[in-house]
Amino acid sequence: MDLNDEGSHFELKEIQTLSGHTDRVWSLAWNPATGTDDTQPVIASCSGDKTVRIWERSALTRSWDCKAVLEETHTRTVRSCTWSPSGKLLATASFDATTAIWENVGGDFQCVSTLEGHENEVKSVSWNASESLLATCSRDKTVWIWEVMPGNEFECASVLQGHTQDVKMVKWHPTMDILFSCSYDNTIKVWAEDDTGDWHCIQTIGESSNGHSSTVWAISFNAEGNKMVTCRKHISTLTGYHDRTIFSVHWSREGIIASGAADDAIRFFVESKDSAVVGPSYRLLLKKEKAHDMDVNVVQWSPGENRVLASASDDGTIKIWELATNST
Amino acid sequence: MVSGLINANPVVYEKKERRQRPASIPDADEYSAEAIDQLEVFDHVRDIKDPEHPYSLEELKVISEDAIEVDDRRSYVSCFRVTFTPTVEHCSMATVIGLCLRVKLMRSLPSRYKVDIRVAPGTHATEAAVNKQLNDKERIAAALENPNLVDMVDECLAPSYA
Repeated sequence: MDLNDEGSHFELKEIQTLSGHTDRVWSLAWNPATGTDDTQPVIASCSGDKTVRIWERSALTRSWDCKAVLEETHTRTVRSCTWSPSGKLLATASFDATTAIWENVGGDFQCVSTLEGHENEVKSVSWNASESLLATCSRDKTVWIWEVMPGNEFECASVLQGHTQDVKMVKWHPTMDILFSCSYDNTIKVWAEDDTGDWHCIQTIGESSNGHSSTVWAISFNAEGNKMVTCRKHISTLTGYHDRTIFSVHWSREGIIASGAADDAIRFFVESKDSAVVGPSYRLLLKKEKAHDMDVNVVQWSPGENRVLASASDDGTIKIWELATNST
Repeated sequence: MVSGLINANPVVYEKKERRQRPASIPDADEYSAEAIDQLEVFDHVRDIKDPEHPYSLEELKVISEDAIEVDDRRSYVSCFRVTFTPTVEHCSMATVIGLCLRVKLMRSLPSRYKVDIRVAPGTHATEAAVNKQLNDKERIAAALENPNLVDMVDECLAPSYA
């Protein structure tokens, strides 16, 4: 398998640049129900320009076009967007303290619900695997869990307190109803429901012991759900590779970890089969310098196509890439 | 503003003489090979007004040319580190000053430059907390969507023709 062959040469080929946003692009999400068989891939992106854009690749030309601009709903930066697992709904989290839920009604995206309650900027939103729960987090230090009810109704099930600072990201485990949150307080918290239906923090993963304490920006799970990668200014097993903030990490189904950072670069890591080291270790597969003209805020692997990645940046663009090999 | 200023009697220093620089081409290509040096960065920030006093950051020695460093460890990324010295240790205006520096440089330097801002080590009671906020891009972005804060920053950045 070429990932383990250290003689393989990888390159990151740029497929297309998607322009349109008029401010930095903070995040993007591939619609999980598209990009396979007969459906064309769809991406949602969100920006400091207060809008969300929906992009689709044309079946005919294989070129990406902007299909919709979701505007006049959020009144401030839209910080993150995520599709429900079925691909039917899109949740968008904004600095305006609300989370909007959108549905594609005959080609038109409509805002079908607005979740209010956070005291200030909402930073992230995540759906659980069965689409029964939604989680949001905010600079107000709390994590909210919402129950998805029929008719696009959302009811707050719990307000989780525990973080002592701004909560940057929430992510449900890929298969279990366990929620992870990461924060400006340098910790990651794990939340689960007990038998009586109460949610509480079952574990706090603190600052690494190497003395570097910094905000945890993002979390990603491997396909099996038994490993998790997080990013901050220094990743303890990957120290030395980044010295500017890493904003995003994403683990592909195949086991390649992509990261995007404030040095404008995208990096790829794979598990190293180094028998001299006890336990898993990772090696740098490829570094793409100047992937964008400014900070890379997000990297996301395509759910449908193999080794296809999307990235977005402060430079206002989204790029589609293919990680290709040319073994020598 | 509250009646009690943090530092009612700041020490005011003389401004450094301005070196005559060669006229720059107005439409200089953003990606031209011409590198920006410390003095140019200093020129952008020296006249920022202190939020509380009618003096510039240079005059109050909050910022100086030596406090601007080029970080050239990575060939593909151009970085500057700007260190400022609040006039008093418990200065609650430290984050505002830091924000002014960030905004001025954001508006003045080509977007490819990365800027790190910090308070001079040992000069502020909550140094780590201030530094962390000033270098958290998301927090800065949210702060700059606060109209009151933006007004305060614009006031400090406005040129004075005294």
